Amino acid sequence: MSVRGKVIKFGNNVDTDVIIPARYLNTTDKLTLASHCMEDIDKTFVNRVNKGDIMVAGNNFGCGSSREHAPIAIKESGISLVIAKDFARIFYRNSINIGLPIIESVEASEQINEGDEIEADFEKGVIINHTQNKEYVIEPFPDFIRKIIQAGGLIEAVNKGMLAD
Amino acid sequence: MTSMTMTQKILATHAGMTKVTAGQLILANVDMVLGNDITSPVAINEFGKIKTDKVFDKEKIALVMDHFAPNKDIQAAQQCKLCREFSNEKEITNFYDTGDMGIEHALLPEKGLVTSGDIVVGADSHTCTYGALGAFSTGVGSTDMACAMATGKAWFKVPSAICFNLTGKLNEYVSGKDVILNIIGMIGVSGALYKSMEFKGSGLSNLTIDDRLCMANMAIEAGAKNGIFEVDNITLEYLSSVGAKKPVIFSADKNAVYDKTYDIDLGSIKSTVAFPHLPENARTFDNMEDIIIDQVVIGSCTNGRLSDLIAAAEIIKGKKVAKNVRTIIIPATQKIYLQAMEMGLLKIFIEANCAVSTPTCGPCLGGHMGILAKGERAVATTNRNFVGRMGHPESEVYLASPQVAAASAIAGKIAHPYDVMKKGE
Repeated sequence: MSVRGKVIKFGNNVDTDVIIPARYLNTTDKLTLASHCMEDIDKTFVNRVNKGDIMVAGNNFGCGSSREHAPIAIKESGISLVIAKDFARIFYRNSINIGLPIIESVEASEQINEGDEIEADFEKGVIINHTQNKEYVIEPFPDFIRKIIQAGGLIEAVNKGMLAD
Repeated sequence: MTSMTMTQKILATHAGMTKVTAGQLILANVDMVLGNDITSPVAINEFGKIKTDKVFDKEKIALVMDHFAPNKDIQAAQQCKLCREFSNEKEITNFYDTGDMGIEHALLPEKGLVTSGDIVVGADSHTCTYGALGAFSTGVGSTDMACAMATGKAWFKVPSAICFNLTGKLNEYVSGKDVILNIIGMIGVSGALYKSMEFKGSGLSNLTIDDRLCMANMAIEAGAKNGIFEVDNITLEYLSSVGAKKPVIFSADKNAVYDKTYDIDLGSIKSTVAFPHLPENARTFDNMEDIIIDQVVIGSCTNGRLSDLIAAAEIIKGKKVAKNVRTIIIPATQKIYLQAMEMGLLKIFIEANCAVSTPTCGPCLGGHMGILAKGERAVATTNRNFVGRMGHPESEVYLASPQVAAASAIAGKIAHPYDVMKKGE
């Protein structure tokens, strides 16, 4: 699997309250959630994001609440991948569970700029920065997490008996 | 001989293993699965996609309608209705709605639904609160919650741990909230990312269960997977008083390996305020300018317990809150509300011109019951001060203890309890 897109960049400690403010949590409608994604820190985001774009951020991305509405809003906004130095742990597992691709890479987070055209190839384990002609190595996921991703998320993994004894 | 932390021992036991090591991925049995009116609707939708009709154990699921309840609008009402219908259909024992509900992390311990040695997963990040009782408890998402409701299991990456060795005794007007704000200020909002925070030491005997619940509650604000306290007589007496099931006591191995150990003298902790917009922006009063405020909120899963209301009432008693400060006091559960009434605390608050509300998470997450306008500032005993957390993206939240919040309500600006109690001069 590989994804390619243009980069939209954010800073450190992007919390779930700014990814999707709580005032919109009275719905589970994915498109409504996506229409308010990031609005408290970047009102232009929903208008400038294009399908396939890649979000790149600093450390502790997705800190704060457990709301799965946050990765849902990002995924439904068209973002194909989130790269960060590291992720808050609930956001990390929520992304794996719902099938939003994420990558932890300090190097990529530091070197990739807003607007860069990048491609991530999960089989080859590499991120290619076409704008800067650079490559960054992706650490492979542990086996267990890779199986959840390959199943298409945690629900499908459960239905395939992966969480049985 | 193993060398596991307290958390690792609980995880190993629930995964049917004799030993686990940090970084290992395991599948563990859970003792309680929790959700609220925001996260459960997503979980219920996901549950519908799983090939099963039944929940794994109708006694081991708790659905608590607390965030936007009493229903703040039609959409919130629809979400609670969905949860109610699901609970009825699956015969879930622990469903709590307006009237018998409380804020989930105050309610579950009070109902005796969590005991030492349990694993609790909750679709709410502050599920880490129950670590105060010697349980491994952690926040997960709605899909995790759905799968845990179906299978009784959850996947975990075994965490390493940071040890906090506590000694000494808290000073007057200083509480568990000041301790945890200090710790987060020291290690940062990602200082314990993916890790356990394990609290131990002789100072534990000077921390009440409410102090511990408040501290474990905010472990997530340092990025931790869980915060956990060693079990002692204070824990056991509390569990017995609420009729919790028999505790299973785990303690870290003598040679347990910690990423780092911090020694903290509780007597050195001063009243602390976390400035916008991160809980790590902790400041004490020797380093603070005058901050004029518009609102005070005393409540939440962090500080809405009876001892918090008693501490606030002691400061507010016989005074009026400042004219321009809307002071909102929210007992965390119906039981606490009733106790506060019987003790005369509500009278003290109402006579001081505070608003007293039925239990709800409400303003903490900018839901309802106290939203901030553009440019407004609040002192809150809640747990997060992110951009827009309590309302307008250009409003500000300052996190503090009930003592500091009460003093600030009286003073009209952020104030130390001494400032209004005329002591310590």
